[in-house]
Amino acid sequence: MAIEVRIPTILRTYTGGEKAVNADGASLSALIDDLEASHPGIKERLIDNGDLRRFVNIYVNDEDVRFLGGLEAELSDGDQVVVLPAVAGGA
Amino acid sequence: MLTIDQATYDAIVAHAKREHPVEACGIVAGPEGSDRPERVIEMVNAAGSPTFYEFDSTELLELYKDLWDRDEEPVVVYHSHTATEAYPSVTDVNLASEPGAHYVLVSTREHGNNEGPVDFRSYRIVDGEVTEEEVTIVPTLTRSSS
Repeated sequence: MAIEVRIPTILRTYTGGEKAVNADGASLSALIDDLEASHPGIKERLIDNGDLRRFVNIYVNDEDVRFLGGLEAELSDGDQVVVLPAVAGGA
Repeated sequence: MLTIDQATYDAIVAHAKREHPVEACGIVAGPEGSDRPERVIEMVNAAGSPTFYEFDSTELLELYKDLWDRDEEPVVVYHSHTATEAYPSVTDVNLASEPGAHYVLVSTREHGNNEGPVDFRSYRIVDGEVTEEEVTIVPTLTRSSS
């Protein structure tokens, strides 16, 4: 089983500069654990206190995972996952 | 240093004035690694706020997919401050996620929607460190300015 995960510039320090990596998992949560095993440190950048970080967006097949059950979102072979930090700020 | 052409500069300023008192936000895309801000893309401020901006998550994905297809990247990430100076706030610094981009801040606090000069400043924001940089406005981007 292989799921392609697109990695944003700011997190490529964890993937040796790779723009996309393969990982496995039947759910987003499992996928992130698998990413962490290969790229230690990346999980903390995605998850805070057991939840997805507010300003990190993750998409499965172009759908924001917040609409797919968040960390419980189910994944299958061939799915495409994209991680994008929010572009946001304030005065 | 940020080198930007007059038309791009004017487009960012016009966007900021039009949205005032809500924060305007967008990017200027350019070829990957070129440091050439070529294509202004205005984004909707999903927060619709005078003190906060955020790209809508669906539009954010569409934007990046389009950039990837074109081998482009956000060379400039811009937003306006409508009541404060053109300097990155603590929130701006904490949420800055494009270490390679020029972060442009425009302050519309003096003239709002009206004609008149604005503060237009540019910064690098890397690992929580803010470094202001010079802004050079040129008539058009030339090959040698890349």
